[in-house]
Amino acid sequence: MLAKIRNKVLLGKRITESEALNLFKSDDIFSLASIASHIAEKKNGRKAYFVRNRHINPTNICVNRCRFCAFSRSKGQEGAYELTLEEIIKKLRITHHASRITEVHIVGGLHPDWPFTYYLELVSAIKKEFPKLHIKAFTAVEIDYFSKISGLSIEETLNTLKRCGLGSIPGGGAEIFAPAVRNKLCPEKISGQRWLDVMASAHKVGLRTNATMLYGHIESYKDRVDHLMKLRRLQDKTGGFQAFIPLAYHPKNTEIKGSYTSGLDDLRTIAVSRLYLDNFDHIKAYWVMLGEKISQLALKFGADDIDGTIIEEKITHSAGGLTGGKLTAEQLSDMIKKAGRIPVERDSFYRKIRRAE
Amino acid sequence: MTKEKQKKKTAEKQMPCAPDAARVTSKEALSMLKSGDLLDLGLTADNIRKQLHPEKVVTFVVDRNINYTNVCVNKCTFCAFWRDKDAQDAYTLDRDTLFAKIEETLGLGGTQILIQGGLHPGLDLDYYVDLLRSIKERFEINIHGFSPPEICYIADSADLTLRETLQILRQAGLDSVPGGGAEILSDRVREVLSPRKIKSSRWLKVMETAHLLGMRTTATMMFGSIEGPEDIITHLEAIRELQDRTGGFTAFIPWSFQPGNTELNAEAQKRKSAKGTRKPSTLQPATAVEYLKVLALSRIYLDNVANIQASWVTQGLKLAQVALRFGANDFGSTMIEENVVASTGVSFRTSKHEIINAIRAAGFIPAQRDTYYNILRRWET
Repeated sequence: MLAKIRNKVLLGKRITESEALNLFKSDDIFSLASIASHIAEKKNGRKAYFVRNRHINPTNICVNRCRFCAFSRSKGQEGAYELTLEEIIKKLRITHHASRITEVHIVGGLHPDWPFTYYLELVSAIKKEFPKLHIKAFTAVEIDYFSKISGLSIEETLNTLKRCGLGSIPGGGAEIFAPAVRNKLCPEKISGQRWLDVMASAHKVGLRTNATMLYGHIESYKDRVDHLMKLRRLQDKTGGFQAFIPLAYHPKNTEIKGSYTSGLDDLRTIAVSRLYLDNFDHIKAYWVMLGEKISQLALKFGADDIDGTIIEEKITHSAGGLTGGKLTAEQLSDMIKKAGRIPVERDSFYRKIRRAE
Repeated sequence: MTKEKQKKKTAEKQMPCAPDAARVTSKEALSMLKSGDLLDLGLTADNIRKQLHPEKVVTFVVDRNINYTNVCVNKCTFCAFWRDKDAQDAYTLDRDTLFAKIEETLGLGGTQILIQGGLHPGLDLDYYVDLLRSIKERFEINIHGFSPPEICYIADSADLTLRETLQILRQAGLDSVPGGGAEILSDRVREVLSPRKIKSSRWLKVMETAHLLGMRTTATMMFGSIEGPEDIITHLEAIRELQDRTGGFTAFIPWSFQPGNTELNAEAQKRKSAKGTRKPSTLQPATAVEYLKVLALSRIYLDNVANIQASWVTQGLKLAQVALRFGANDFGSTMIEENVVASTGVSFRTSKHEIINAIRAAGFIPAQRDTYYNILRRWET
């Protein structure tokens, strides 16, 4: 079975959904890894990327109650927090100098009271203070929410943010598109179709985005393939996705019972994504969710990016993250080297950053 | 079946394949370690594992590490557990505490205790004999105890031969010997890591003597500190050669050096900051790729050792699951209690339930085993 898929892939042909499903069920992880690595190498050579970035989560107060989320709080609930613009700028100022970050990644809860102007001011203030810093911010779910609270269309919302300095959009909030599973996981959240529509609009106004998939909870392999299929289809139309990032479910402090995904499932998911998503340039093994160890191994299973320095991570850690919150650029580079790949510090568009050392 | 017979039967079963001309040479092994591709090694190791253990069973033992004392005269530079005799947090367990720990272990379905400790200058042979007897009088449990450095220390303090010492301990109740203290069986490395610890030849001598007395032991290797690939091969060579003669090793357990809170790491930090480099200022633990490579090579090279253990305590459950496809067939112990690795700040805690789930999620049938790898219970899906 794998031999047939291997031939197809090597000839540059697309694999079908039923073939992807078979790959998920396959026990032959070594063939999977070798075909996926072949494709990764064809796309990115021996390079593997990391970025000097910092995460900022402005608030954990959220009107949605996704069952898999351990981060969100209601207003007034114990542990709820809101960062002011000054606090955010201060966090960035420290990191900007100490860690020489090139990108800030901002995602947060859907705050019931904050107006759209708060986010515009946030983006403008960051841009003013750090003109060279790339702002990758607000998942499709947040963009949809901003459009609702501002009364603007999705495109107007995106364009306004872009004018203030928004550089690109992260891939969060995709979870699993399949409606039956999505309704159990996150009934209040926008539908999978809406998520895809927001991304299509972002691509249309010239914003590059990522895409994610949350796996390892209550979904089936079929649901995973359905998810990948919808992403591949949209990417065919827009070409606006940069990286696909499979996110391993974390079970602690959430309302969904379950366990951590197995290391083998993590690696297999990376490999199948690499093989099926032939129109995505990059597959990211996000180390915060996979752990440093599996993330490094993922470079042998088709991934070409392990994300970055992060500095402070709250969302995965609320649900029992298994790693420390940060790795230095040197550690990231070392992990990549020891996997036999060439470490490349990238900017937010996968261009190599040259530094005078 | 009597326990003796059972042990003997297992010993026979555990000679998977007689050494033959086709076995991997040390030269080949060295080149695999230096320049072999991880996935090629993994596939080869996985195929060997399938031949040796075709039933897709992954075993584990329910046991507890009991560290009777942390006072140690050896003070190895890679160790964060040892204390001086007068240190504030130096301890030696009293009997009541010890018995309570064993009782709890049995209550949790445990079949074995792993008793290991520092080389305490105030404890003599009588202490150990009394300790073993007092446990055996009260409990039916396998005592897997005293790594070779301890056996040597006890023998030297009592001015007895290794054989005499092991015989006395065995009569008092010692069943099997853990493979700790091997570190890297290359004296060049030991000179730096553990200058006061027994040399390689003595470690091997203890194991050989134990095997010849009919005791089973495990063998370990701690890599990822300051050794080179040649030292790892030297180590594997020594284990394979002894196993050819005695067949007494039940399992091989490679794990990686954990740098936290150790003198070796502090020294590295000093050296690096002195040079003022930008490199990470501490020793980096072996990465996943390095761990799996050594694990797979162990499975390939040690054709006469039946079982290879994945070390979830040092690598975490996720990597331990992956290790099951890179040569490992055993998940080690549930570790109701673990103190030595935990003292380096690395603490992957887990329960029997989580271990069963982890093995199953990796696509294997979990099974509880005893010290001699006899299966006691399976969890079929």
